[in-house]
Amino acid sequence: MKITSSFMKASLAAVLATSVAFPAFAETPKDTFVIARNTADAITLDPAECFEFTGGRIVANLYERLFLFEPDNLTKLVGGIAESYEFSDDGKVITVKLRPGLTFHSGNPVTAQDVAYSLGRAVKLDKTPAFIIKQIGWTADNVDEAVVAVDDQTVQINILADMSPALVLNLLSSGVASIVDMKEVQKHEVDGDMGYAWLKDHSAGSGPYKLKTWKANELVMLDAFSDYRHGEPEMKRVVIRHVAEPSAQRLLLEKGDVDAAMELTADQLKGLAGNSDVSAEQYPKGYLMYMATNMDHPVLSKPEVREALNYIVDYDGMVGSILDGQYKIHQNFWPSGMWAASTDNPYNQNMEKAKSLIADAGIEPGTKITIDTLNKSPFKEVAQSIQASLNEVGIDSEIILSDGKTLWPKYRARKHELIVARWGPDYSDPHSNADAFAHNPDNRFEAKLTGKLTWRNAWSADGLTELTNQAAAESDPEKRASIYAELQQKVREDSPFTIMFQAIGTFGQRANVDGFVNGVTSDQAYYRTVTK
Amino acid sequence: MTDSSTVQNASVDFKPYVNVARTIGGGVVMLILTFIGLTAITFIIGRIMPNDPVVAIVGDRASKEVYEAMYFQLGLDKPIWQQYLIFLNNVLHGDFGNSVMTTRPVIEDIKRFFPATLELATIATLVGIIIGIPAGVLAAVRQGKLIDHFVRIVGLLGHSIPIFWLGMVALLVFYAKLDWVAGPGRIDFFYDGIVEPFTGVILIDAALERQWDVFHNALSHVILPASMLAIYSLAYIARMTRSFMLDQLNQEYVLTARVKGLNEGAVIWHHAFRNVLVQLITIIGLTYASLLEGSVLTETVFAWPGIGQYITNSLFNADMNAVIGGTLVVGLSFVFINMLSDILYRIVDPRAK
Repeated sequence: MKITSSFMKASLAAVLATSVAFPAFAETPKDTFVIARNTADAITLDPAECFEFTGGRIVANLYERLFLFEPDNLTKLVGGIAESYEFSDDGKVITVKLRPGLTFHSGNPVTAQDVAYSLGRAVKLDKTPAFIIKQIGWTADNVDEAVVAVDDQTVQINILADMSPALVLNLLSSGVASIVDMKEVQKHEVDGDMGYAWLKDHSAGSGPYKLKTWKANELVMLDAFSDYRHGEPEMKRVVIRHVAEPSAQRLLLEKGDVDAAMELTADQLKGLAGNSDVSAEQYPKGYLMYMATNMDHPVLSKPEVREALNYIVDYDGMVGSILDGQYKIHQNFWPSGMWAASTDNPYNQNMEKAKSLIADAGIEPGTKITIDTLNKSPFKEVAQSIQASLNEVGIDSEIILSDGKTLWPKYRARKHELIVARWGPDYSDPHSNADAFAHNPDNRFEAKLTGKLTWRNAWSADGLTELTNQAAAESDPEKRASIYAELQQKVREDSPFTIMFQAIGTFGQRANVDGFVNGVTSDQAYYRTVTK
Repeated sequence: MTDSSTVQNASVDFKPYVNVARTIGGGVVMLILTFIGLTAITFIIGRIMPNDPVVAIVGDRASKEVYEAMYFQLGLDKPIWQQYLIFLNNVLHGDFGNSVMTTRPVIEDIKRFFPATLELATIATLVGIIIGIPAGVLAAVRQGKLIDHFVRIVGLLGHSIPIFWLGMVALLVFYAKLDWVAGPGRIDFFYDGIVEPFTGVILIDAALERQWDVFHNALSHVILPASMLAIYSLAYIARMTRSFMLDQLNQEYVLTARVKGLNEGAVIWHHAFRNVLVQLITIIGLTYASLLEGSVLTETVFAWPGIGQYITNSLFNADMNAVIGGTLVVGLSFVFINMLSDILYRIVDPRAK
């Protein structure tokens, strides 16, 4: 038939037209480091506001702080912009000398005025991470007197809270304490916003990279800063591509279209084992997975029940199966790999002990509770394992899965019963987590100390609150460490928290990539050491 | 009376103009109604969801003070009807607000994400029409023969294979193994930013600026995801064409035409096919419009920065400005395509003239 034969020709032509082979570019340029990552969480790159994982890693490469951790030793705090510092005799004043000759990306010199402006700006803007440095006693009204530029190269930092200077140095190493280029930021100020609108998607720092483009949900491009104080980075450009789907990340990595893929699953990493072009890397993560009980709950608040919860968790079983390669056992509130972290993990699953504790508490078999957790792996699997164990000791539980945006408001309103959740430190000092797990100055509902896990679980933390204050104020590092050891033990033994696991980060990278360092916190991601 | 009779007696016939005005007026009324309905529904759903837009912005660690400052800044302390009116007023002034996720004005985001979806959807629909219609006609003409079974199987597969699976397999085969096309993403980053986003559709922008490298790269990226969507549209269009054609071929006028000795081509294309065209336009319009919503799964698998991913991500992040803005654009494109279909009916259907 005529029509059909001409149709055949047409469709054949169409098929041919769509199947023309295109050469693919199978290698990234020699001086460019390309990362595949889910960047959906990035909402700002202003260091005074940024508190997300993706953004935090980028900010860490755009800006420097007074003090920071260098990639060769991630547990030792050293001077960044600061060259040296001195504590006053009463431990209330830190005098910081800046490194001479540093410049910002704009070419402006890095001065003490920039430092005072940056810290003041963060406190005055008062965005989410501002609490980190506001702990020093700084407020919008007093910060200009608290952080003073004595001359171009000297800054005087006054500690207004009862806090040891060592802790203050750690706080000043966090992202929110990044030093911005005052002159450049002021140039883009609108209605006295201290450059807030502009800095969201621009950079004005002195870090190894400057921001070239940020297209949300598409890509971020960073260009090397040629006058960086450690020398210009070898990778002249860093590209972070938004790839939400882990299997697409794996394909891109295997093809060599990206140099590193950040969100590969445990299965995918195993699948890469036979490929000599790529390697799977691990790094410690600060995330803890814990279970917590609402102390307003009549059953869960009983001390025997809380102790029993320590014994019902199938620690080894989960680490060997559903958490394989993603989490390790860790039962203390300060993650291992950090200064003063306890590595004692005394609890194992012991159902007999748990049963007798539940019996001691006089709990009726068939008591019903709910378990809230995030609607994603591995939280729901962990919750299921706990549900099965609870069932064995005679407690019926219902699991409620929700998205974080629904779960966190519920948690902050104390409306949960048992919750399986996670927590990561906000900065590199044990006070960060002690403040969350062992400090609650006001347990009243109206106090709304929603940032503290103690308050969220309606636990007054009697005795521990004072101990936490004492640790924060202690200036002798050894004494401090021993107080934190005591705090960690006390929270382990008698608190609403059963801390179970610590996260392990895994990512894949091309075999020719070297020197890509990832630390425990988002502040510790280094692109400048990468070579290919 | 005298005035109106004078008008009626005038020799100018206003009827066609009235008809056109009616069509346009109807379109405008429909647009306004759609607009109010869409904004009201999305707005109310957004506000009664258990999602907390404040936590979405400040994070779950925020202190009470930071939380409350944002709460008031967003105007959440006002009654919901008042919030809606404020929102509506802003939208009418062209201000959809800022997206939480991207920090940019929603309208800028849409300008960036919608063309990406438009590009995919248009190619997919064109392929669907070019291959789907002839295949459907052919299957109907040779009902029960091998080609008919083939078209029907393809139609069924296109409808039932999950697209994220097919997408992954296609990537594995054509990108990873055969190296015929480029991988996930819309363009390789070293071509990014070379052409000015004039229309936002990279293929068109690159062609306008005669940047053939960029064009080639963009084409290589678009083929796979567009093919995935094309399989869906092709399958649907072919299936519907086949059943419409079968209906027509069994009619007596077709028999009459054949008896009169017309050649088969004229019978099929001139007589039978012209009668299914109106129905086909409806089907094609619907397919195109549903593709313009953006396919979240395809966009996710292929890391395609389209409107579907944008709206979905925004929903997860309780980013209501972005959700409402995105939904409005999708709603408006439905209305627009419907109007376009209406106009096309008038052209192809003699009865509608």
